[in-house]
Amino acid sequence: MNDTPPLLPVHVISGFLGSGKTTLLKSVLASEDFGDSAVLINEFGEVGLDNRLLGSIAEDAILLSNGCVCCTIRGELSDALRRLLSQRQEGLIPAFKRIVLETTGLADPGPIASTITADPVLRHHLRPGTNVTLVDALNASTSREQFPVWEAQVAVADTLVISKTDLINESELSDVQDLLDTINPAARRLGAEALGQPSDLLFASSPHLQSFTPSEAKSWLGPWRRVTTADSHDHLNEVRSFRLNFEGEIDWTCLGIWLSMLLNRHGSNILRVKGVLHVMGDNRPVILHGVQHTIHPPEHVEHWPEDDRCSELIFITRGINADRVTDSLNAFMRQVSDHPSPRIFHA
Amino acid sequence: MCGLCGALGGEGHWSTHIEDPEQAHSERRRARAYRITLINRVLKPHRVVIEDFQAASFVLATATGKREIVQELGGVWHQAEQLSGRLIDPLDTAFLQSLG
Repeated sequence: MNDTPPLLPVHVISGFLGSGKTTLLKSVLASEDFGDSAVLINEFGEVGLDNRLLGSIAEDAILLSNGCVCCTIRGELSDALRRLLSQRQEGLIPAFKRIVLETTGLADPGPIASTITADPVLRHHLRPGTNVTLVDALNASTSREQFPVWEAQVAVADTLVISKTDLINESELSDVQDLLDTINPAARRLGAEALGQPSDLLFASSPHLQSFTPSEAKSWLGPWRRVTTADSHDHLNEVRSFRLNFEGEIDWTCLGIWLSMLLNRHGSNILRVKGVLHVMGDNRPVILHGVQHTIHPPEHVEHWPEDDRCSELIFITRGINADRVTDSLNAFMRQVSDHPSPRIFHA
Repeated sequence: MCGLCGALGGEGHWSTHIEDPEQAHSERRRARAYRITLINRVLKPHRVVIEDFQAASFVLATATGKREIVQELGGVWHQAEQLSGRLIDPLDTAFLQSLG
């Protein structure tokens, strides 16, 4: 019997400066659905919590009216998380069920997952949760051109919330959607209404949070191929997404060795990898999910869809094209594995 | 835990997580041995060898006798690069050809 308490998810809200992170966080804090949360932010002043503030309950921690705990990040994130866990364990703050972390607008949220999984204490209590990225529709194009971190924020997202859509016309919104399709076609999309009334969907995109049905496992990878309305994104020659398809079962050991090598050498340019895999000798689909250097512990889904047992693996990369990755994996599996290799091709 | 060196059994690397914890010890040992076999095929052109250490970690060794211990698969490549003085890049065509 396993009595180990479940790992608490650390959800991340990121987005470029002025994209609406604070508005979203205020709504989350005001919502009863997200009680029992601990919120980590960089400065209290940005969120303006004064009217909800009940009082200080521990050093750096404040109890909010909906039961949430709010703390500041001073110094290292890992220190802040450890302090939060320690205060929870000692009963100094309520026993929260999740942590919501708001990053600064200029931060790349990718390394947060590795902060949690690489820390010998944190990884026994916490797990990476859902990455929510706010996209300012009005300034998306400008931000992308001027700040490379904007692409990284979009690429790691499980959920994209598009804000300020009321300030642009339909054609401009379509361009923004195309831009997001080019970088991260697999992320769940929510509109600006999510800022005011965040629903359960906000943090529901992570495979850790739900037991997928067979069809949900495949839909988690997003549509097969989104149709963009223009070829105007040729200048997006840095960040790109592509999907590998496998015909045949996969030698998991061989794939794991190849992927760990790839991440060792190119992890900072593999912004995202996610897939549903048919592993040799395993009747259940395996869900693979990672951000930059960090791959989350793979999970099984109970069944394949009746008519679809094909493995798919999505990559979002910076400066690495689909041909190089496909050719590498094909050659590697063919030469290293003891088992027949699947045919691997990209879309 | 090994009483002599204090090493904890098992691996923390993500690639071992789909192995059933209830799986027979012999099955897990077989899977680990296969993993080591494949890694050795990859490291052979770099003249680095990997060996199991107490089913808890790995030892990397060079032909000149340099040895390093690593805890899990994630650390193997960085350490092998240090020992061999060469990058191990799966996207490098020359590296892929060296496997043949």
